[in-house]
Amino acid sequence: MDLPFLLYTLLKIVVVVFALLTAVAYTVWFERKVVAHMQSRWGPTRVGPYGLLQPLADVIKLITKEDITPSGVFRLVYLAAPCLAVITALLVFAVIPFGPRTEMGGIDIFQITDLDIGLLFILSVSSMGVYGIALAGWSSNSKYSLLGGLRSSAQMISYELAMGLSIVGVVLLTGSLSLRQVVDNQSGSWWGIIPHWNVIPQFIGFFCYFVSAIAETNRLPFDLPEAETELVAGYHTEYSSMRFAMFFLAEYTNMTAVSCVATVLYFGGWSGPVFGPEALQTVLPLLWFFLKVLAFLFVYVWIRGTLPRFRYDQLMAFGWKFLLPLALANMVLTSFVQAVRYGG
Amino acid sequence: MLNEYFSSVDLLVLKPAILLTLFAIGVLLTDLMLEPEQKYLNAVMALAGVGFAAYSLGPWPLGLQHQMGMAGADALEAFRGAVIVDSFGIYFMWLFLIAAALSILISIRYLEIEGEHRGEYYAIMLLATVGMMILAIGMDLITLFMGLELMVISIYILTGYLRRDRRSNEAALKYLLLGAFSSGILLYGMSLLYGLSGSTDLRIIASSISQRPAGDPLVLIAVITICGGLFFKIGAVPFHQWLPDAYEGAPHCVTAFMSVGPKAAAFALLIRMFLVPLASVRDVWLPLVIGVAIATMTIGNLAAITQSNVKRMLGYSAISHAGYMLLGIVSGNENGLKGIMIYLMVYAFMNLGAMAVIVAMRRKDIIGDEIDDFAGLVYKSPTAAVLMLIFLLSLAGIPPTAGFIGKYFIFLSLIETGHYGLAVVAVLYVAVSLYYYFQIVTSMFTREATDNVVPALSPGIRLALGVSLAMTLFIGLYPNPIIEVAGNTVASILR
Amino acid sequence: MQSVLPSLFFYALATMILVSAVVTITRRNAVHSVIWLISTLLGIAGLFLHQHAEFLAAVQVIVYIGGITVLFLFVIMLVNLDEAAKKKQFAGQWKIVVICAGALLAELGFFIFKGAEGFYFAEPAGGSLQPNTQLIALALYRDYLLPFELASLLLLVAMIGAVVLAKKDLK
Repeated sequence: MDLPFLLYTLLKIVVVVFALLTAVAYTVWFERKVVAHMQSRWGPTRVGPYGLLQPLADVIKLITKEDITPSGVFRLVYLAAPCLAVITALLVFAVIPFGPRTEMGGIDIFQITDLDIGLLFILSVSSMGVYGIALAGWSSNSKYSLLGGLRSSAQMISYELAMGLSIVGVVLLTGSLSLRQVVDNQSGSWWGIIPHWNVIPQFIGFFCYFVSAIAETNRLPFDLPEAETELVAGYHTEYSSMRFAMFFLAEYTNMTAVSCVATVLYFGGWSGPVFGPEALQTVLPLLWFFLKVLAFLFVYVWIRGTLPRFRYDQLMAFGWKFLLPLALANMVLTSFVQAVRYGG
Repeated sequence: MLNEYFSSVDLLVLKPAILLTLFAIGVLLTDLMLEPEQKYLNAVMALAGVGFAAYSLGPWPLGLQHQMGMAGADALEAFRGAVIVDSFGIYFMWLFLIAAALSILISIRYLEIEGEHRGEYYAIMLLATVGMMILAIGMDLITLFMGLELMVISIYILTGYLRRDRRSNEAALKYLLLGAFSSGILLYGMSLLYGLSGSTDLRIIASSISQRPAGDPLVLIAVITICGGLFFKIGAVPFHQWLPDAYEGAPHCVTAFMSVGPKAAAFALLIRMFLVPLASVRDVWLPLVIGVAIATMTIGNLAAITQSNVKRMLGYSAISHAGYMLLGIVSGNENGLKGIMIYLMVYAFMNLGAMAVIVAMRRKDIIGDEIDDFAGLVYKSPTAAVLMLIFLLSLAGIPPTAGFIGKYFIFLSLIETGHYGLAVVAVLYVAVSLYYYFQIVTSMFTREATDNVVPALSPGIRLALGVSLAMTLFIGLYPNPIIEVAGNTVASILR
Repeated sequence: MQSVLPSLFFYALATMILVSAVVTITRRNAVHSVIWLISTLLGIAGLFLHQHAEFLAAVQVIVYIGGITVLFLFVIMLVNLDEAAKKKQFAGQWKIVVICAGALLAELGFFIFKGAEGFYFAEPAGGSLQPNTQLIALALYRDYLLPFELASLLLLVAMIGAVVLAKKDLK
């Protein structure tokens, strides 16, 4: 482990985190704009052209607000919970490949690290995300927070199973847990027109993944942990200022992360039509990747603008009685097909 | 050859266990379709499972080897040496199937009275039997441990099966906590064995332990921890406290099952461990086993005297029986091991028989496990009283019954190997045991009946009692066949 | 420096595991205990990583931290633990504790006294220690196929048992 390698990695992390935070800030703007247009409103318009500076204003507002710690909280956990939420959300990006292997000084610049067990890493990190929320709910010493935390842990545990099982289909097709290999496996096309993406053989798996991913990120229509009509604001009721902003940040980072993972697993990652001059070829994959992620984020917002919230028992029944069996069936079917294809 | 991971030999060796598993799952499924008054069909299905397993096991006493057309051959290895089917394993598998069948027979009526007649009971019992089979044929630490856990976890559940009964709940909790603790100790010992040899195969462990210097502290610790765990599972002193509570609290039919099947399975594991991996360090564990055997016989027999609850008394008597069987390990020669094998088989019949009578005593509103409940039984149901007398005589080891044969070989082996003191102590304790067994007998034959509720001898219990009685008397009067079989069995493991 | 770093990692992780484990059993508040338990489990995952067993480390995190402990936390948050906190925390079986701890200390002391040679640990038999998901698959589905299948039966029994013992009204 030599020094340049370490420095390069650090640099990559800094760049990714910086780009990500900017992207997340503009995801908020994007959401507000899209929802507004769906509801025949304008959305943010005041700060900058098309309200483009709105995120910046929001950040300044959140930072400068008074940070209130309610009495009776368990301080250490109360302070650590938002950090935990953000860290687990950010960690996912450590293994996501944003583009094909492009070396600069012997080091891949489009991925922080290519783990052999990339997919497992993502699963394990996202499974830890529940702690930020559950502990925030518990340590706030408030009934609303506690209920929000409880709901979220139940929800995340239930849907994590379906998510993990739906991913197994992709792993079976690829034969590897490395995300880069997952993408490489999707290069090419059928008959020159239909891209060789996993979403086509794995459409059931994709459906399960995306639905449970929405539930995992606590977004509508699965946003019961923070259902404002029932629980004020759920687990982060007692949080204010920067700490509230961190939960906010974690939620949107998770959305982005889930979109990135869905792109990588099911939509061929950075692959896309190749055109233009030689110089463009380095940037083009990044563009495709970005556009695909953007499309997913749009779907997120679209769903939010369209669907009503589930009732709690419906949520659990849907997860356990429909999604989980479906994901299991998909896994069995996929392994059967693979076994027939490659011989027992 | 199916493929390189799973061959037809593997399938054949595991066939009894696979059949039991299939029938266990089948019971779970058909249970959904049965009306409450048809629940006895679950038992029929479970019995069919046991029957098929027995059929696939092959003709007693040759079993699988005979099926493979290799009668007289050494043994059958499967799963890359993880299991080995020799006469020893087949003998025990038969024993477990018999215990399971008899226990199922006596359960039907009892569960109906308790209002807890459900398919899960039989499913768990069959799965426990699978665990026991694995214990009898396992040759690999991990396989053995999984079999052990499958067995004991099933038994924990069965112990607490009567959810509305506080005694049952308490017994299950005590058993679970202590059992989990002892499994932990056993596992620690096993991990040391693995650390010493770098393998989980018992034979490789045996060879690498025999190469170690004498008095190696690590071997010492491994032996002590493994003995601790094993002694717990057979209910030997000082790890016996769970046993009377679990026996008393568990449903009668479960007490019957756990006093026979899991006990024999634990002995199978104990014999395997002592004769294969720990054979070369015999002088390390021998004093330990002698001490534990004496303590077990002492506490088991003396504590049984003061009991007023028959199940609890049989619990303590089970402890003392474990003590006698440990003596067979102390002598360690052919007759000693033969004695253990016969003892376990005989014990299955006589203890299940005695428990079947107790199960019959359970009627509406009468639990029927106190000595007072047996008062004047002879006037109410002479059959039950006489059967109980015979089973108790056999448990005490009185000559015309089967119990005598087991004790005879163990005492004989003690004298052969020069443990005269131990033999004297053991015989003295047999006299003590007569005293407490006769407490029940005097209650049955000399006291006035306090009520006139006749024991309910349902068809299932009748059949179980008939089989137990026949075997108890047959083995007692004409022991030659079982002596021969046990001799072959011991020869296969001593080889 | 290259040789010191790995052992430094090990000692840091070992300290983390041991300290958190002790704190886990001494906390009065059950939620605190769970948090410290998470720290213990994370330390163990770290040890796996340190041994280049990435697969095991990830599974350790997914199963224990992301699964089992979340359920612990879930149950603990639901149950009223104020009563339990007032109860005596330890059963007071100090004699047994002292004897066990003494035995373990003697073991440890012997180890330090004799050095590593005193124990002749065996070399791991067969197979290299490559960190490879494929090797784990081979171990599970070929070498230990039978125990693996038995584990599924064990889980089945545990599941049936949990339902049988805990469900309020079985028909």
